[in-house]
Amino acid sequence: MQSPARLAVRRFFRRPAAVIGLVVVAAFVLVAVLAVFVAPFDPIATSWTTIRKAPSWQHWMGTDENGRDVLSRVIHGARASMLAGVVSVAIAAGIGVPTGLLAGFARGKTDMVIGRVADAMLAVPFLVLAIALAAFLGPSLRNAMVAIGVTAAPVFMRVARGATMDAATNEYVEAARALGNPAWRVAVRHVAPNIVAPVIVQATLAIATAIIAEASLSFLGLGQQPPSPSWGSMLNSAQRFLSQAPWLAIFPGAAIFLAVLAFNLVGDGLRDALDPRGK
Amino acid sequence: MGGFLGRRLALVLPTLLLVSILVFGLQQLMPGDPALALAGEERDPLVLAQIRTELMLDRPLAVQYAHWIGRVVQGDLGVSWRIRMPVARLIGEKLPVTAQLGFMAFVIALGIGIPAGIVSAVNRNGFLDYAANIVGLAGLSTPNFWLGIMLILLISVNLGWLPPSGYVSLAEDWRQSLATTIMPAFVLGNAIAAILMRHTRSAMLTAMDQDYVRTARAKGLREWRVVIRHAFRNALVPVVTLGALELGTLLSGAVLTEQVFSIPGFGKLIVDAVFNRDYPVVQGVVLVTATIYVGLNLLADVLYVLINPRLRVA
Repeated sequence: MQSPARLAVRRFFRRPAAVIGLVVVAAFVLVAVLAVFVAPFDPIATSWTTIRKAPSWQHWMGTDENGRDVLSRVIHGARASMLAGVVSVAIAAGIGVPTGLLAGFARGKTDMVIGRVADAMLAVPFLVLAIALAAFLGPSLRNAMVAIGVTAAPVFMRVARGATMDAATNEYVEAARALGNPAWRVAVRHVAPNIVAPVIVQATLAIATAIIAEASLSFLGLGQQPPSPSWGSMLNSAQRFLSQAPWLAIFPGAAIFLAVLAFNLVGDGLRDALDPRGK
Repeated sequence: MGGFLGRRLALVLPTLLLVSILVFGLQQLMPGDPALALAGEERDPLVLAQIRTELMLDRPLAVQYAHWIGRVVQGDLGVSWRIRMPVARLIGEKLPVTAQLGFMAFVIALGIGIPAGIVSAVNRNGFLDYAANIVGLAGLSTPNFWLGIMLILLISVNLGWLPPSGYVSLAEDWRQSLATTIMPAFVLGNAIAAILMRHTRSAMLTAMDQDYVRTARAKGLREWRVVIRHAFRNALVPVVTLGALELGTLLSGAVLTEQVFSIPGFGKLIVDAVFNRDYPVVQGVVLVTATIYVGLNLLADVLYVLINPRLRVA
C-alpha cells in the first residue's frame, strides 16, 4: 500500500517533460542563490573599455552599453525573477487561500461578498491592475511583488474555494461536524489538507505568470530599478541598441522564456500527477 | 432568455460598482499628497488649498467617492493632469487603435489556434499532437514584449521587410496601416493562439467521443467530414465562449506590445500616464478596461446560450 503523495511523486517522475522542467527550475534557483559565486564579473561594474562587445570567450553573452558583463547580469537577474516569482505567489496564496477556504466553507453571505470582490478584481485584466497598483505604490521591486501578489490573489481564492466546497462534501467532514467540532477546527484540520494539491499546482503555474509579470513591470520601469539587474529592465535598455548589439536583447529574453517554460512544465506535470483522474 | 439576461445583469452591476471602489481606492495608495503631485513645482499654499478644494480632497472619502462616481456614470472621467484634456476623450481617441490591433490579433489567433487544436485532437498522442503541444506551451511561455523585440530584430532590422515601429490609421492608408500593425498583431495573437489551441483540442477530444460522431462514422462519411461537420461544430461552443474570455489577455498584452512597437493606443496611454503621474488617466483606463472586459464576459455568456439550444430551453 502506497501513500497518495508517494504515488503522485512516482507519476510526476514518469513524465520526462516535467522532470526536465524540474531540473531547469532547480538550476535557475541554484544560480539565483549562488549568483555572487557563479557570476564571472560584478554585474554593476561599468567599464569604458568594453562597451557593447559581442559575445566572446571572455564575455560569453557579450557586454552592454556601460561595458557590464551580460552573463553576470543575467545570473543576478535570476535573483530578482525567482524572488519576485516566489514572494508574489506567497502573497497571492497568503491572501487567496484563507479567503477561499472561508468562502467555500462558510458559504452564504460570506461566500457572496468574497466572491463579488474577487470578481471585481478579476474584471480588471491582470497586467493593467498590476501596472496601476505598481504605479500608485511607486516603482520598486518590492512594490512590484506586492502588486503582482495582490492581483493574483483572486485566482487562488477561486481555486481554494472550489476545492473546499468539493472537500466539504466528504463523509469524514460530515463526521467531524457531527462529533461537535467547532467549524474553524473542521475547516483547518479536516478540509484544508485536502485543498493543498490544487493550491500547489496553481502556485507553480502562478510563479511562471509572476516571473513574466515582474519582467513586464521591470521592462516598463516599474519593477527593479537600475543599476540592479533584472531581465525585464535589461530588455528595455536593449531596445535602443537592437541593430548594433542584438545580444543584449537575446539573452535576458531567452532566460525569461526558459524559466517560465520550466515552471509551466513542472506545473503541468504536477497537475497530471495530482489529478486523481490521471490514475 | 430575458430572465437569464436579467440575472446576468444583476450580477454585473455589483461587480462594476466594486471595480469603481477599487479604482477609486487606488488613489489612496499614492504616497504623499495628491495636491502636491498635481501642483508639480508649485508650492504656494494657496494654490495647494485651491487644488484640494477643487478635487474635494479636504472632504471625507465617502463624499469624494460619491462625487467621483456621480460624474463617472455621466461619462465624465475627469481631466488629465498632464495635458488638461478630458480623460474620456483621450480614451475615445486611443481605443480604435487598440481595437484594430486586438481585432487583427484575434483573427490571427483563431487562424492558428483552431486548426492547430483540431489537428492535435485528430492525431491524439501522435507526433503532430506532441509537436502542437510543445509549440503551444512555448507560445504561452514567451513574454510578448520579447517576441516583439525579436521580430523587430529579424524582420525589420535584418530583413527590412516591415517598419519596426509607428502606426498609420486604416483611414489614412490601409496598406501602411496593415504594414505597421501586422507584427504587433501577431505578437499579441501568439499567446491567445496557444490558449485557443488547448481549448479546441480538449473540446474536440470530448466531441469526438460522442455517439453522434460514431454514428456519422458508421454512416460511412469521410473522416474530414466527420471531424469538421460533426465534431468541430459542437466543439465550437466552448471554444467561442472561452475565446471571448481571452479578450482580457489581449488587453493586458496590448499594454506591452504597444510600448514595444510605439503604437499610440490604449496600452501606451496607461504606461505614459503612469510615468507622468497622470492618475486620472490611469484610473480612467483601468475603469474602462474593466467595463469592456465585464461587457465581453456578458456577451460570451449570451453567445453561449444563443449557440447552445439546450441551454436556451432551460
